[in-house]
Formats: sequence, C-alpha cells, structure tokens
Amino acid sequence: MITIVQETFNPWDALQTYQQQMELRVLRTLGATNVFVGSMRDFNQEVQVERMVLEYYPGMTEKQLGMIAAQANEQWSLIDSLIIHRVGEVFPTDVLVLVAVWSAHRADAFEACRFLMEALKSQAPFWKKECVAGQQARWVAENTVGYKHY
Amino acid sequence: MNQQCGIVVKYFASLKEKLGRSEDYFTLTRSMTVSDVWAQLNPELTPPEQLKVAVNLDYVSWDWVVNPGDEVAFFPPVTGG
Repeated sequence: MITIVQETFNPWDALQTYQQQMELRVLRTLGATNVFVGSMRDFNQEVQVERMVLEYYPGMTEKQLGMIAAQANEQWSLIDSLIIHRVGEVFPTDVLVLVAVWSAHRADAFEACRFLMEALKSQAPFWKKECVAGQQARWVAENTVGYKHY
Repeated sequence: MNQQCGIVVKYFASLKEKLGRSEDYFTLTRSMTVSDVWAQLNPELTPPEQLKVAVNLDYVSWDWVVNPGDEVAFFPPVTGG
C-alpha cells in the first residue's frame, strides 16, 4: 500500500494497524519484516534547519511509488509492502518516510526494503525546502546516492 | 481554447518559484517535443541541465513528442525520503 500523508504520523502505530489488517493465513507465511523509518534532522550541511516544507506532484508521486513497488515485487519474493511518505510542513523529529517489507525470508525483505528506499529517493517526485535560522529558505538541490561500497 | 488541442504544463518546487507560476495552458498548433514546448513557453530561460520532464505522470526524454490532452511537467531533481 502507498500513502501520502499531510499530518504527523507515528510509523510504529501505522505498522501495527497495517499488520493487524492482514489475514491470519497471510500472517502465518511471514518470516521476515524489514522496516526503514526516515525522520527529519535539525541540521543539513552543518547548518541548523528549523523546519522544512515537502512538496510533491499529486498523481505522479503515487504512480512512481507504485511502479517502484511493482519492480520490487518482480525482483524479490515479497508478501506485502507499505510506503508512507509525509508532505507539507515538517519539524525536527517528525517522521518523513516509512518503508516496510514483508517476506518469507530475510534476504528478500532486507534487499527489497533497501531498493524501495533508494528508488524512492531518486525517482519519486518530492522536493524539500529548508527553513534555516536567520537565512532565506532554500531548496535542497539533490539527494545523495545511498549505496556505499565498503 | 479548444480543450482537445490543449496541453497543461506544470512546474514544481524551485522551478515554480523561479518562473513565478505553477501551470501553463498551451494549444498545440503543430507536432512538438517537450523541448519545443519549453522553448515556446519559457523562451527567456535555457532549461537547467538537471531539469526533469514528465508526460502523463511518467519520466520522458526531452525529445518526447507531446500529444493533445497531455499533461507535461518540468521539475528539478527530486529530494524526498
């Protein structure tokens, strides 16, 4: 399921509610749940950020997230996935994104969750505007690539 | 305006602020690529190198040919998550 929310949300409550709606026959097949929660820091590039505004493209954002989720389903053996993304005005500690993936085995859950998050960061049309103390608000120029080679 | 020949063009985020508007309506009088549409609507501004373009909610390249009724969108690199 893919949801864009305008208000503060608690990812743990959302997860619990979502999982409670799963049928018992589905729950019995779950062997792994992988969860990513992204929240707002109060700094970026060594500058104090007081709040942010998240803009999105209604229609395209949901469509792109749906395509990303479909790609994950093709690539890994998944039972379900959930993406919740916040938009509007956000403050430090607010949760911005939840990605959860359910599968029978951990490899699929770990890898698909990472893929969903990185694909969301590079493809889903969201834009952040940072409000910095004593300065004009500034648009974040681009997301960094999350994959690292150790 | 004849809706059948028209397209809607949307702008987002920093680009919307730079242009001072979020939408344009445009009547196609000939076959046009998204690059042509940009040049027609924003002749004073060379599109920034990083600018993305979508037609009907999918990413496309700048040589994509636009059809009547399409929704075209221009926007900077995405920064969600």
